[in-house]
Amino acid sequence: MISLNINNKVYEVDASPDMPLLWAIRDLAQLTGTKFGCGIAQCGACTVHLDGMAIRSCSFPVGAAAGKKITTIEGLSEKVGLAVQKAWVELQVPQCGYCQSGQIMSATALLTSKPHPTNADIDAAMQGNLCRCGTYQRVRSAIHRAAELIK
Amino acid sequence: MKTSPSTIDRRNFIRLTGITGAGLMLGLSINVKGETNVEHSANIAEGFEFSPFVIIEKSGQITIFNTRPEIGQGVFQSIPALIAEELEVSLDQVTIKQTGGEKKFGGGQSAGGSASVRSSYNNLRQVGAAAKAMLITAASTQWAVPFGECYAESAKVIHKPSGKTLGYGDLAEAAAKLEVPKTPQLKDPKDFKILGKPSPRPDVPLKSNGKAMFGIDVKVPGMVYASIERCPVFGGTLASFDDSATKKVKGVISVETCDRTIGAQKSTGVAVIADNYWAALQGRKALVVKWDYQGNDTFNTKDFEQTLRDAAKEDGAVQYAQGDFDKAYADAPVKLEAFYETPVVSHSAIEPMNCVASWHDGDQLEIWASTQVPGNIMNSFPKTYGIPPENLKVNVMFSGGGFGRRLYPDYIHETVLLTKKIGKPVKCIWTREDDTKLGPFRPMTFSAMKGALSADGKAIAFQHKVISPTLDGKKDFDKTKADGTMTEGISEQKYEIENMKNLFVHQYMPVPLAAWRAVTSTTLAFAHECFIDEMAVKAKADPMAFRLQMLSKDSDTKNVMQKLKEVSGWDKPLPAGWGRGVAQYEFFAGLAGYVVEVSKKGTGIKIEKVFAVIDLGTVVNPDTVEAQVQGAAVMALGAATKGGIIFEKGQTVQSNYHNNQLVRINEMPKVQVHILANGGPNIKGVGEPGLPSFAPALCNAIYAATGKRIRRLPFDINKIA
Repeated sequence: MISLNINNKVYEVDASPDMPLLWAIRDLAQLTGTKFGCGIAQCGACTVHLDGMAIRSCSFPVGAAAGKKITTIEGLSEKVGLAVQKAWVELQVPQCGYCQSGQIMSATALLTSKPHPTNADIDAAMQGNLCRCGTYQRVRSAIHRAAELIK
Repeated sequence: MKTSPSTIDRRNFIRLTGITGAGLMLGLSINVKGETNVEHSANIAEGFEFSPFVIIEKSGQITIFNTRPEIGQGVFQSIPALIAEELEVSLDQVTIKQTGGEKKFGGGQSAGGSASVRSSYNNLRQVGAAAKAMLITAASTQWAVPFGECYAESAKVIHKPSGKTLGYGDLAEAAAKLEVPKTPQLKDPKDFKILGKPSPRPDVPLKSNGKAMFGIDVKVPGMVYASIERCPVFGGTLASFDDSATKKVKGVISVETCDRTIGAQKSTGVAVIADNYWAALQGRKALVVKWDYQGNDTFNTKDFEQTLRDAAKEDGAVQYAQGDFDKAYADAPVKLEAFYETPVVSHSAIEPMNCVASWHDGDQLEIWASTQVPGNIMNSFPKTYGIPPENLKVNVMFSGGGFGRRLYPDYIHETVLLTKKIGKPVKCIWTREDDTKLGPFRPMTFSAMKGALSADGKAIAFQHKVISPTLDGKKDFDKTKADGTMTEGISEQKYEIENMKNLFVHQYMPVPLAAWRAVTSTTLAFAHECFIDEMAVKAKADPMAFRLQMLSKDSDTKNVMQKLKEVSGWDKPLPAGWGRGVAQYEFFAGLAGYVVEVSKKGTGIKIEKVFAVIDLGTVVNPDTVEAQVQGAAVMALGAATKGGIIFEKGQTVQSNYHNNQLVRINEMPKVQVHILANGGPNIKGVGEPGLPSFAPALCNAIYAATGKRIRRLPFDINKIA
């Protein structure tokens, strides 16, 4: 059994340590807001925070997450995360919405470390999150909007 | 579509209903407070059905059914809004439920062809208006006042002279017993509160907090997980397999064969069933499978492209002709020819194909899926599996992208076959590698273009010959006929060119093919509108003026072109090293055009500005339209500048996003969207029209900036020699 702290709740999961954290979150902890897209850390749909850092949970072994603080889209409760979600709704960012949990988690990590990101900062931080619907223009605007909301 | 109030069956209409039916119903029930309510028995107690699409409960709770799968195009707002507008309720006063192909909701339960809003605009408004009229009648009867003294507002009926009000919940029972008005009075569009205005989508909060339920998120009791190893060679199938190592993997339950049918191809794969998905993947890796390629392991893109080039020499079947092209072309003082090539591309929806299915109690089937075609599933699956139609229940979940891929239910059939075999609910998820390698794909089209000009530079003859496979993947094709889908739009452009003859040459391609967002227009518009540009260059004319000169008569295309000229400031000079290009394309789904401005940047090209104009006639949600066009531009940019899908040895070379790249945020140009909504009888589509004209506008801009004419997609935008 591996003990996981997800969104300040402890989950005891029966998984081999090499199982990707993504599947432990989705299938064992049954938190489905974190998405499977590629399995090789290329699309960012599975992005979660590990001790505040954005990581791709599809390529991160669950064994290495034991004892760390994992935050998923369902667990955003701090000022920055809530501001990002608010901006996302205000600017109507999602289309199909499937990648948006990952977009929001990456954006939250960015704004936590850089409260006033430039477009170049956004490019660098958000490049790992694919959106097939092409919501990028609104993603960018919403990050700038969230930065205003945090002020 | 059975939506007109005049065709509503009265018995059905006044029936006190729960939408429960027998057994389980997983309603995708949403309220706008941002909570998903996915229930296994969605009881609506004391509800009165005003038509299959509207239920009003005594409590005042109003439910509106959305018949169109939400795949990102915004129908979860735009379809219920058509009813809500006329019913005089706001969308935050109603619960929206997704239909699953049920007969009572009629045809058209699908997402495709940019058809949702344009085909429902009138009849769903009538549904709302009829219900409103009945509620007003019930109130005026109760008050014993004339109907004309009452009006409806915000889910209440108000008696104007006295100010008395009754809520819809109080009126529902009496109102639902009334005759359904055949021709209810529709609102004057100037009084619209929702339609035509930027409106928030009720699914957006759920898609911002992780609560939206996609197909891949469904979990039902007793469910097991499956992953299927399939033959990598198109046209190959299973020879034998050894699952001894697989069965030793912790969590693996069983190994089963499983058929996949896509287009004209059928193949058997090997499914690993496990108690979690990761175990199924590990078990799949441990399989030892021998495939029988059936001699299909030689097909490759390079040779096939040469086959298409060779086939271009055939006469081809005439798709459309006017005037006398052959004579006009032969006699013309100035003529030109060009050959255009496009690639195969993948849909690459970020939610991989997946399905949950449960075969139970002998002949009951329930399906949960992200799909574009619940209506087709409901129509065809009972026949395929030999069960009564009432034994099938389809739960339509939010789709993590569709783009045409989810028009094809191959992945749903696979899951049904597995649950039927093992007698447990199965969730089958494709890996990204499965999704990338196995198709179906958008086919390439090659285009042989001919044009002729008069001595004074007027276009007098035009020919677009398409050389391509057909979407159905069939080998035998009647070569005397032109395929409508593969020649989409080439004879529908409004340019006034006297002599035209468009042609089609079929060439069989042995891989599964599919409609892709904006279908064949995404490749044909590139050839068509770049060649028009070549003709303008040959005529030494400005590309915008050249097009407008061929648009002397009033048309939507002319309006789009004039709007593009205006919003882009076409006549203003550009900085040195910049160029601008224009293109438009009209096809079955609608009409849009672009002006793109680019600059030379080292060895490459930077997209500086993008102006889009989409003509709709009538717009329902301008905010959604803007988002759809911006997204379409991104998708078109990717198809034009990323690698595309290549085949070698009968299989797909690409496997995942690292070698089948999509556009990323740093590559996204700013797209300014302008909507033409000047009325007119025909409402045009939104989801697709933003694609076709983007690539030609970009390539025409690159020509203007560099003198380099791009005739083959994809091209590397960072290397324009």
